[in-house]
Amino acid sequence: MDSLKQSLRMAVKSINGSKLRAFLTMLGIIIGVMALVILVSLVNGATRTVTDTVSSLGTNLLTVTVSDDKGSAISLDDLSEWADLEGVGQTAAWQSESAVGKYGYTAETVQVYGTTAAYYNIQGLNMLLGRYIKSADVENGSNICAINENGARELVGYTDCIGESISLNGIRFTIVGILEDDDDSLTAVFGSSSLAVYIPYTALIRLSDSVSSKISSFYVSAADGYTVEQAMDAIYPILYERFDQDEDAFSVDSQDALENTMSSVTSVLAILLGGIAAISLIVGGIGIMNIMLVTVTERTREIGIRKAVGASRGVILQQFLLESVVLCMLGCTIGIALSWVSLKVISIVVSSLGLTFRMNGGVVVTAVLFCFLIGICFGLYPANKAAKMNPIDALHYGG
Amino acid sequence: MIRMKNISKHYRIGNEEVRAVDRADLTVSPGEFVGIIGPSGSGKSTLMNIIGCLDTADSGEYLLDGTPIEDYSENDLAQIRNRKIGFVFQSFNLIPKLTAEENVELPLIYQGVRKAERDERVQSALRRVKLEARAKHFPAELSGGQQQRVAIARAIVTRPSLILADEPTGNLDSRTTAEIMDIFHELHGQGNTIVLITHDNSVAAQTGRRIHILDGKLTKEER
Repeated sequence: MDSLKQSLRMAVKSINGSKLRAFLTMLGIIIGVMALVILVSLVNGATRTVTDTVSSLGTNLLTVTVSDDKGSAISLDDLSEWADLEGVGQTAAWQSESAVGKYGYTAETVQVYGTTAAYYNIQGLNMLLGRYIKSADVENGSNICAINENGARELVGYTDCIGESISLNGIRFTIVGILEDDDDSLTAVFGSSSLAVYIPYTALIRLSDSVSSKISSFYVSAADGYTVEQAMDAIYPILYERFDQDEDAFSVDSQDALENTMSSVTSVLAILLGGIAAISLIVGGIGIMNIMLVTVTERTREIGIRKAVGASRGVILQQFLLESVVLCMLGCTIGIALSWVSLKVISIVVSSLGLTFRMNGGVVVTAVLFCFLIGICFGLYPANKAAKMNPIDALHYGG
Repeated sequence: MIRMKNISKHYRIGNEEVRAVDRADLTVSPGEFVGIIGPSGSGKSTLMNIIGCLDTADSGEYLLDGTPIEDYSENDLAQIRNRKIGFVFQSFNLIPKLTAEENVELPLIYQGVRKAERDERVQSALRRVKLEARAKHFPAELSGGQQQRVAIARAIVTRPSLILADEPTGNLDSRTTAEIMDIFHELHGQGNTIVLITHDNSVAAQTGRRIHILDGKLTKEER
């Protein structure tokens, strides 16, 4: 125990005695640890933000997409009928198209969403002013629209623009409502179209050639007190029967599935990046071994003296092994500290994107263990070389 | 204390065989102060390595303090050196990064002596060489004579059976030499067994018994 304490003191002394050399030696480890901790934390941070966003959109949501209607297409009436099924809350058809929106002399490309009244609740939209599309608007195919806050500002020039008319691909629509911009929405995160116009589904049919009364995609929400799985169980058999028992003709996706896919993709990414960082740590370890070999040669005389006064091989081995481990762990600590600072800085820089990066506890533990292992593995050869020295030769080395 | 019978050690340099020590017989009794004198290349270093258990002989019998030294592993020899022998070298051989007291403490750490006892023994060893005031100094801050006194303190701190001094005054001027020799006399007076190796006749003359070595052979004993 005392010899361990003494070895530790000697290791610290020796590192202290040549600070620049120790720092340069540790640099490989520092960079390796930073690469590992920062990359993995970044991937985890991005994953967490995206997953949070996806789940904030509502986990009681099913997305149904029909790829082959087999001659019995779904109509709006079918959807309102299905909304009464047990476990099903609401159903909303939707289709989106990009169109040229005009107001006076201003023209902008806008994303037009053809929906029904239920879309408002299913997507968790919020009104800023006015009203959303009502069922009567869908039935009549009225030329009214709800526009998002940003869209109003960009296209019309001001937010309080209810009653104004805009034209979408040449057809006039009256603005009846302004929607709050949701910074947390998926579209905001991915930075795609920020000019959104919502119109009745039936109006979109008139506006677009590719959209017809045959509904190819719609949302289904679970009723209060029911899970998404129960809603799925209610809607799936009906679709299955309708499309000639061909499960490839349509798909029903819950957001759980989306989240699972995403997390498996990002964990592969984390492992990949972590692996690359681990390689740089090993390179750092080789640097440690190199400098330890130099140290052992420089201190040959000291090794001889220690052996003469009674140090066994084990004690010498322990002393140099400990020095290499201390060097590695010191580099590891500095690396982790610098990673923490870097992640703070990155978080501040990208805070506008709504992303936050926290240091991942798991990867810190991994880095510490890995550095310890590197200290042992790459210190073993030099330490063994020191331990095996012949005391007589070592005593007379260099004079 | 030391009983050597027919000790030989050979080296091969190229194709030539060198007999560094040739059938040497040596007996040292407890409490003796013995000088081994010889010119360089006479084999005194090899003999000292064998006496000091830094090396083992090729043939012959060596009893140190009643323990036969042969076919020991390196670790066993390290332990014997640690407990039975105190070395004093020509070039002091102190560890430059350790203070005087840390250097003296070193053999006790390897013996596994407890901290409190270590401190006490280190202080008393430094007192015996009159260096207690310099305990916290590094070797580079000490004069040659002081460094050698630290080395002597390190040699005696384990209370060894044998103090083995290899040209202890070789790097020192005549005044410091006298100082160091006084310490050896004092240690001898306190009952320590000392073997001193030198090529300097005036130093050798101060020992109790002189043995000459030439070409690996112990030739002459004087009293």
